[in-house]
Amino acid sequence: MSERLSVFKTYKLYVGGKFPRSESGRVYEVTDSKSNWLANAPLSSRKDARDAVVAARKAFGGWSNATAYNRGQILYRIAEMLEGRKDQFVREVSEAEGLSKSKAAVVVDAAIDRWVWYAGWTDKIAQLAGGANPVAGPFFNLSTPEPTGVVTVVAPQESSFLGLISVIAPVIATGNTAVVVASEKSPLPALSLGEVLATSDLPGGVVNILSGKTAEITPSLASHQDVNAIDLTGADTDLARDLEIAAADNLKRVYRPRPVDFTADPGTHRLTAFLETKTVWHPTGSLGASGSSY
Amino acid sequence: MPKEFNTAAFEYAPAPESRSVVDIAPSYGLFIDGEFVEAADGKVFKTVSPSTEEVLSEVAQAGAADVDRAVKAARRAFEKWSALPGSERAKYLFRIARIIQERSRELAVLETLDNGKPIKETRDADLPLVAAHFFYYAGWADKLSHAGYGSDPKPLGVAGQVIPWNFPLLMLAWKIAPALATGNTVVLKPAETTPLSALFFADICRQAGLPKGVVNILPGYGDAGAALTEHPDVNKVAFTGSTAVGKAIARQVAGTHKKVTLELGGKGANIVFDDAPIDQAVEGIVTGIFFNQGQVCCAGSRLLVQESIQDEVLDALKRRLSTLRLGDPLDKNTDIGAINSAEQLARITALAETGEAEGAERWSPECELPTSGYWFRPTLFTGVTQAHTVARDEIFGPVLSVLSFRTPEEAVAKANNSQYGLSAGIWTEKGSRILAVAGKLRAGVVWANTFNKFDPTSPFGGYKESGYGREGGRHGLEAYLDV
Amino acid sequence: MPSTAHAFVDATASDGALRRFLHGLPGVDAVGLEARAAALGTRSIKTTSKAYAIDLAISMIDLTTLEGADTPGKVRALSAKAVHPDPTDRTTPTTAAVCVYPDMVATAKAALGGADVKVASVATAFPSGRAALPVKLADVRDAVAAGADEIDMVIDRGAFLAGRYLETYELITAVKAECGTARLKVIFETGELSTYDNIRRASWIGMMAGADFIKTSTGKVAVNATPANTLLMLEAVRDFRAQTGIQVGVKPAGGIRNTKEAIKFLVLVNETAGADWLDNHWFRFGASSLLNDLLMQRQKLSTGRYSGPDYVTVD
Repeated sequence: MSERLSVFKTYKLYVGGKFPRSESGRVYEVTDSKSNWLANAPLSSRKDARDAVVAARKAFGGWSNATAYNRGQILYRIAEMLEGRKDQFVREVSEAEGLSKSKAAVVVDAAIDRWVWYAGWTDKIAQLAGGANPVAGPFFNLSTPEPTGVVTVVAPQESSFLGLISVIAPVIATGNTAVVVASEKSPLPALSLGEVLATSDLPGGVVNILSGKTAEITPSLASHQDVNAIDLTGADTDLARDLEIAAADNLKRVYRPRPVDFTADPGTHRLTAFLETKTVWHPTGSLGASGSSY
Repeated sequence: MPKEFNTAAFEYAPAPESRSVVDIAPSYGLFIDGEFVEAADGKVFKTVSPSTEEVLSEVAQAGAADVDRAVKAARRAFEKWSALPGSERAKYLFRIARIIQERSRELAVLETLDNGKPIKETRDADLPLVAAHFFYYAGWADKLSHAGYGSDPKPLGVAGQVIPWNFPLLMLAWKIAPALATGNTVVLKPAETTPLSALFFADICRQAGLPKGVVNILPGYGDAGAALTEHPDVNKVAFTGSTAVGKAIARQVAGTHKKVTLELGGKGANIVFDDAPIDQAVEGIVTGIFFNQGQVCCAGSRLLVQESIQDEVLDALKRRLSTLRLGDPLDKNTDIGAINSAEQLARITALAETGEAEGAERWSPECELPTSGYWFRPTLFTGVTQAHTVARDEIFGPVLSVLSFRTPEEAVAKANNSQYGLSAGIWTEKGSRILAVAGKLRAGVVWANTFNKFDPTSPFGGYKESGYGREGGRHGLEAYLDV
Repeated sequence: MPSTAHAFVDATASDGALRRFLHGLPGVDAVGLEARAAALGTRSIKTTSKAYAIDLAISMIDLTTLEGADTPGKVRALSAKAVHPDPTDRTTPTTAAVCVYPDMVATAKAALGGADVKVASVATAFPSGRAALPVKLADVRDAVAAGADEIDMVIDRGAFLAGRYLETYELITAVKAECGTARLKVIFETGELSTYDNIRRASWIGMMAGADFIKTSTGKVAVNATPANTLLMLEAVRDFRAQTGIQVGVKPAGGIRNTKEAIKFLVLVNETAGADWLDNHWFRFGASSLLNDLLMQRQKLSTGRYSGPDYVTVD
């Protein structure tokens, strides 16, 4: 009996909850760490990036207004879905990062646990980042963190899955929507993640995943006037500087690349990096208003 | 009935605050490393009183060489200052706060002279807030481990700070107090039209015994500001001013490790619903746009009034505006002082002319303008739509654009339809509407049934092109910590 | 004169209609109102404007004695003081009125003789207002019959707080009908109404019912006239005139004890209702000890030295 011929997967972008091919019609070869061909990945164009921003903006209203509890439930659901497709991600991570199956399994476990960790943050971060301010006057004053908006995430180039999740989860946990530029060399775990997100109750457009040449896709996202922030983690020094300069056009919030160990406790700074603080004042008055304060 | 008294109106006799409480020297140097020194190239500039055009003093003008010298001084001072126990830094700041309180009358008069704003405001708003800000951050200096930024958050190093002319001493306090509390040292450039209160603050540092080099003050122009923010040994850039300059700074620091906070422009929407407390709303509209002659980044410069009460509100507003008293800023009864500079007056004038040219209807109360100095009448534009320049561009002057809306959704959509996102106001007696609208506004500060309130405990800063980072409150510490 | 009754015929058709009207008035934000009053309180009134304000304030005083211990002698002394507040300076204006209980009206009237000082009488079971309607009306009739030029009535705060607005309105119209030519001041006892929204609603009830003045308080409770509640009532008369063409006066009473405070109230009048109210036909102070402080300040302005309590009369 001859060996069964396997069915190849066509990797597609994940934009607005759908799986389009690149508008460019082009793909590029993705290889494993030993240069063996793995698959073709879509080579995203500026127009794909534009479409992704439109989708992310469209999703922002609903996602940012969802209750923090609901966002937490959905993030946890993503972890559940990943758990069920663990073998696939172990294989993809193993191939992408040149890890043994067992080491890749550790990475995938950590990535799933990271989703769980951030799922638990959705309804707690506001209590840490916000609060009542004791102003010197008859006013109630409350600071509340709110999502910045549409965030471009330049995913880490090396850590194709744990790193990817470590940069996506904090962005969407707080109610932002994301346009993610996957690792150029190892985009397959990211593109497969899109398939998980699509089946995890996450509204379409909250996370949009593009593959392709980082240096080609990111400039138009950095200068896009309807993008509110950019995480430059996966950009090299020169590109990061150029993107930061472009981001200044509409004063995007910029998260600069910095050395990071994705296996370590992430802390909260990626959560707070894409939050705005809104402070609301209201007079308090007094019970017996007709002169009791005199 | 006796009628003898109502024939004469109740005129208020002049009630000028005494100028003699402040002694302005004929010239001032740069304050570097604890000493007043001349600029390296010997340049000086004059600072004038905007209400009279009288020259108040001649001030050394910092250049790139001076910036370098000041940054070096701040760097030298940083090692010891950051190593001081927080409790010791706290006491320096408490000393500064107390001296500001003691000298607040002098500083209020000085600020009014140099800036042109009414003494009523410097006395009752600027100076109390300045002292309060130092008190607030003084208390943080030895409590940083409780601030939520880790168990031992570290300062960044040398902070290069560039402040505007609209609240000279208050903006200095917003910058210097948190910087020093967290253990940074400071090089601060005040605006070229309002250098004096920062130089008086240098004297307060001297009285407080602050170690030399911890605070350096460099009066100068934009070139000095640019030299400061691009100086390679500056670790932190804090800027309050125009969005254009803010963007230039954001480009300039790209690819560096400098931490940046930007407090920039705004076009705040003040939304008045039909169930508003109308009399208080009118006061809030007036405070929103005429406080400090409208030269306020968070001014409520767009009035969005529900169409069903538009006429009533406009009538009340016009009646109220005709009681505003414009004139000598030192007069305790003055509500509207001078515009800060000829340049700013020209900008306001040009934008107001654009408003007229684009077909908006212009209205001002009758009021005489003094013959010297820089003055602009309180001005309303009605019939304004989102397409008008006066509805979109920050005028930074006493000019209010009035737009109408029909529904809360429309109000929010119009309020958010701006490149800016600094402030907004909501006027309604319905609590759930306040919360719903406040939640939807993309603005860093939302005043509900009040406007233009400030407090050192309350974080302030913008969304979108109004900048990033927060000043004030616990949040304000983050800008000066390596977190 | 336009008729108030005609203007508000719909609003006063029933308790429900009146409630809907009153609850449709704009709300009052307490902090904002008090902040505005405080801001106007920082006006600095000096030299010539202070001299003007002091004389104006003196001319606006309803010089008041409302004690169980009032006697004809006390009322005669008060009346003499009203006519010649400062015996050493005959340029001092007279007060607007003396204000007494109904049984002292005749005494006051006789003591004032032909002087241009009104006699105001409290009535309607002042200060609590807790009496049957016929008793209240009889009280008014007594005072009017004794020659009172002005009647200072109290509303039934119990009825108002219980939401019986129409009853409150009808009490005022009934009293007004008994006043004849006497001008009617309606006291709300703002300290008992407690909220600024209530004060605004009471002000409108009073004005709609034909009050010539709306007045803060009796002087007999813990909180009487304040800058904020007076500012609120000034807004009410301003708005009422804008709507109906009818001008109504305002009288803060109780708790205004010195010149500085009195001048703050005049600033409130000037910048809220406007110059048309800067006249004792339209604005009054219900006060007693205020007068001597005004007189001492007046002496200070004319002599340049501070005066003392021995240099003004104690009555």
